[in-house]
Amino acid sequence: MDQSALSVSATVARASARREGLPALALLSPFLLAFLLFFLVPTVETFWLSLTESSLTRTNAFVGLDNYATLLHDASFWDALGNTFYFALLTVVPLTALGLVMALLVNRFVRAQGWLQGVFFLPFVLPISVMTLIADWMLQPSSGVINHILGGQRPWLADPYWALPAVAIGTVWWTVGFNMLLFLAGLRNIPAEQYEAAALDGARGWTLFRNITWPALRPVTTTCVILQIIASLKVFGQTYILTSGGPFNTTRVTLHYMYETAFTQSDAGYAAAIAMAFVAVVILLSLLQIWVVSWLDRRDA
Amino acid sequence: MNTKSTLGWTAIGAISAVLLAALWAAPLLWAMSTALRPELETVSSDFHWLPQTWTLDAFHKTLAAGNLLRWLFNSALVSLAVTVVTMAVSLMAAYAFSQLRFRGRGLIFALAMLAFLVPFEALLVPLFRTMNALGLINSYAGIVLPQVVSPVVIYVFKGFFDEIPADFREAATMDGAGPLRVLWSVYLPLSGNIVWAMAIVTFIAAWNNFLWPFIIVTSNDMMTVPLGLTQTYDAFGVRYAQLMAAALLGAAPVALAYIAFQRKVTQGFLAASGLKG
Repeated sequence: MDQSALSVSATVARASARREGLPALALLSPFLLAFLLFFLVPTVETFWLSLTESSLTRTNAFVGLDNYATLLHDASFWDALGNTFYFALLTVVPLTALGLVMALLVNRFVRAQGWLQGVFFLPFVLPISVMTLIADWMLQPSSGVINHILGGQRPWLADPYWALPAVAIGTVWWTVGFNMLLFLAGLRNIPAEQYEAAALDGARGWTLFRNITWPALRPVTTTCVILQIIASLKVFGQTYILTSGGPFNTTRVTLHYMYETAFTQSDAGYAAAIAMAFVAVVILLSLLQIWVVSWLDRRDA
Repeated sequence: MNTKSTLGWTAIGAISAVLLAALWAAPLLWAMSTALRPELETVSSDFHWLPQTWTLDAFHKTLAAGNLLRWLFNSALVSLAVTVVTMAVSLMAAYAFSQLRFRGRGLIFALAMLAFLVPFEALLVPLFRTMNALGLINSYAGIVLPQVVSPVVIYVFKGFFDEIPADFREAATMDGAGPLRVLWSVYLPLSGNIVWAMAIVTFIAAWNNFLWPFIIVTSNDMMTVPLGLTQTYDAFGVRYAQLMAAALLGAAPVALAYIAFQRKVTQGFLAASGLKG
């Protein structure tokens, strides 16, 4: 393209930008208004609040980084963060592995596909409190079905060692269907010719899985693991409803601590500092995901 | 030899499929079995897998005693409002981002996608303060409004609009149709599938949202189903047949929606996670 053509196309682009600017603004304005009010301003406000001493309704004084200094030495905060990571540890691997197994089974048994997929996915569309009501009933010490099967009268949700694992098992039941869906989509993207070619070479069962399925699914597996880590950092409802953070705060997670600080203690400034720390962890993990994925790509290339 | 080992794998697979499916169906089946017995049977030391006396008593009592019908109504109203507003707002924004040229387009889109990075959970404190200042605590508007900002939906719609050949738009524009008219009569009919899928997923997410109503609602009459169900211990006490009946009634609308629209739901969740169905 020569110079004059370039400048003509630039003029056309400028003219159309002027002509389309107003309609664009009109179409965007409902979104921009909501985005400003319910995302951008609150995001900036969270940061601002974290530098102040504030209650839920009023801002009292600018205190600089005091809230962050307190946070560094706050054992309750680190305990809550520790519980959150323990919850991640308890859920991420089972959720990913079971999601994969379920997807393989759904994919293998074509005639039962609709049923199997439905049974595995249904819990995911249910409200959280349906899961917690049923879990609470099943885990009852004296009349619960779990203790009937296992024998004994263990009060699962009031036991410092078992409370968080019990919540984790409920969470796996509730959310694994989503991971199954991701793996199922990944499986369907593998070309059938790859299996046919390998089958001609005499490959069967486990060999097929190890040489074709597993490598092809790796991007899905990575996505799944990272999504699950981030989701488990955001855990709140399950532990809040089932155990209220107890016994002895063994199930009090980061968001629960933030909620208590803001809405029970009415210490909005400190709660905002906790929120900022929480955002920092989530962003770091998202960046880690991008880095891991590109590192895996480069290693393969 | 090979056929034998393949058969072995098939058998192992079939057995694990049946076992896993049974395990995943069990909690809901057990809830049904509990809800269908008289209250006394749930605390009896005599254990039975099935009710000894079958009765709908727990369902009747649940519907009569608690606020469940009110919560169902609130949930339906709120989820419908969130879905309609989110779809309208996101379709218009996605069309502008995808099809119109204007200054700052890249910057605004990048800013909008920032919302992927900062989780909603981190914004609870200022959002509550804003709602409080606006007098929207315990109101439908207060529950609905913060839920309509959905970068995922805009991202999916924009991706879809990007694939539609520009000829469609140019032809309509020649005929003198404005952008809203082109969006409505050209782009919307072409994207019916993905709009339905995203609408259903948005509806399910709004129906199941626990955290935001939990923050913004304190009055029992304004509660949605996920929030209200956590109050049932206060309403019924520890009556497990009634609690299970409440859980099943609260689960029914989304469960039925999923069973009716299984393919669309699947497609919607996959699109929202960045994968194709």
